[in-house]
Amino acid sequence: MSEPILNTLDLSRHFGALRAVDAVTLEFAPGRVHAIIGPNGAGKTTLINLLSGDLKPSSGSIRFKGQDITGAPPYVVSRLGVGRSYQKTNIFPAFTCFENCWLGAQSRERTSMRFLRPARRYRSVRERTERALALCGLTERAHVVSSAISHGEQRQLEIGMMLATEPELLLLDEPLAGMGAEEAARVIGLLRELAADHTLILIEHDMDAVFAVADRLTVMVNGRVLETGDPQDIRASPAVQEAYLGSGEGGG
Amino acid sequence: MTGPWPLRLTLLAAVGGLAVFPWVGDPFYVELVIHLMILGIFAMSLDLLMGYTGLVSFGHAAFFGISGYLLALMTPESGGLSIWLALPVCLAGTAVAALVVGWFSVRTSGIYFIMITLAFAQMAFFFFVEHQDFGGTDGLFVADKPFVGFGGWQLLDLRDEHSFYFFTLGLLVVTYLLLAMILRAPFGQVIRGIRANEARTRALGYPTQRYKLISFVIAGTFAGLAGFLEAAHTEYVSPSHLGWHESGLVLMYVILGGMGTLYGPVLGAFVMGLLHDQFQDLTEHFNLVMGFFVIAVVLFLPDGVAGLVARLGRARGGGPADPPR
Repeated sequence: MSEPILNTLDLSRHFGALRAVDAVTLEFAPGRVHAIIGPNGAGKTTLINLLSGDLKPSSGSIRFKGQDITGAPPYVVSRLGVGRSYQKTNIFPAFTCFENCWLGAQSRERTSMRFLRPARRYRSVRERTERALALCGLTERAHVVSSAISHGEQRQLEIGMMLATEPELLLLDEPLAGMGAEEAARVIGLLRELAADHTLILIEHDMDAVFAVADRLTVMVNGRVLETGDPQDIRASPAVQEAYLGSGEGGG
Repeated sequence: MTGPWPLRLTLLAAVGGLAVFPWVGDPFYVELVIHLMILGIFAMSLDLLMGYTGLVSFGHAAFFGISGYLLALMTPESGGLSIWLALPVCLAGTAVAALVVGWFSVRTSGIYFIMITLAFAQMAFFFFVEHQDFGGTDGLFVADKPFVGFGGWQLLDLRDEHSFYFFTLGLLVVTYLLLAMILRAPFGQVIRGIRANEARTRALGYPTQRYKLISFVIAGTFAGLAGFLEAAHTEYVSPSHLGWHESGLVLMYVILGGMGTLYGPVLGAFVMGLLHDQFQDLTEHFNLVMGFFVIAVVLFLPDGVAGLVARLGRARGGGPADPPR
């Protein structure tokens, strides 16, 4: 296996007595789709928040492409090439879809401490914005205020904003949450497309989607990693079946 | 995209109206309009913070007052201080003050930001109240208006009321254009993002605190410009210029005029100032009338006076009435 693009070592995050993430050691191979599954409260979102810098770990470390990023603030992590989307739609509601993606695209400029030339004249930013809108399927909705589009479209925008930052590694926290079947199929198609030249870390409750796109799975329960392996091995694992898949909780 | 044309034309007409006013208006009102234009610059500077960055400062008058004190202190008794020295020093002084206050303040948000900016402004207030070198509660006189010219050649005589009027009007327009330019530039996109959703802006790759600090310094510097003009105009500065009452007034101009529009706060300053002037003559209970006005605006015009203007002026169902992005 090649050098991992991201790895964690004994990564923990405690909230008081609760060990939301407990000594998690994981390696993520470049170019793969690595899904993290587990029942509600397993610590999946907390893990993503640690990886993205939104939360600081209580202990342990994170390395991205060989560089220690433990405790780095989210804007540093983002600029290194790690993008994330949120489980709860986290957009700029008063902005149009275009403006939402614009802010992501603009952050790839060397700096935004620029005060003179109108932002819209930056061609590279415009191109990135348009590419992101096209990828997430919102080109036709570009100039609609994002609070006025459907929930499913907002989920697409959530991904589009992340793509506008042109990340190498995508942290996707339940990208299909609350989507209709048709929209979900669309996004699964997009994830497959992205998988061709990105590394994806995916949290998802929809097992069909997970088995459709993931080539590696990690099962988390109570903040700990229960098992990591290829999809067919995980499906067959008795421990996992008992703890998670068989319980019907996450069957989605 | 450029701004809505009806708005641009209305603003141009308003500037045109202000430009002819000194020839048709009563001298008393010419004097008053100078004061209102200065307050308009002051209010626009706060709008950059409140309406665009999402930071509600309750100590913005500190920078207004500090600038005035700097002018009073550096103007010699004999007068003749060059504006090319006076203005940069006043602006740089307020910028440094804003950098210090902002350094601490932008680490907080919401109610804590309001309290910390108020605390800093009160510190400045009591500093000037208690130092007799700076005039104490009486304040300081500005010995003479700054000299606008090169060497012995005078470009503009600020002692002349009309000249001062046009000088102020020019700076009002320049302030609007500069702020509009900043807001359209990449920096403006980021601070709008911070106002709408700071956490997400950070997650997209922006060190948001740095952007908030720079916004705070720019706003403070433009407040310093207003303070410079006020002190030069009245030839006087006192602790009340940087008190919480003054900070509260400019907050009202911004909120009543319409946050996040730039021209709204100028409108707010004019409406409040003119109403104040009218009702002051009519009744000694003018504050009661002003109170009713404030309540009425808040209840019926949630977007401020600018929202009403935009609603009336909107030819078709256009976008919101903010300046071009």
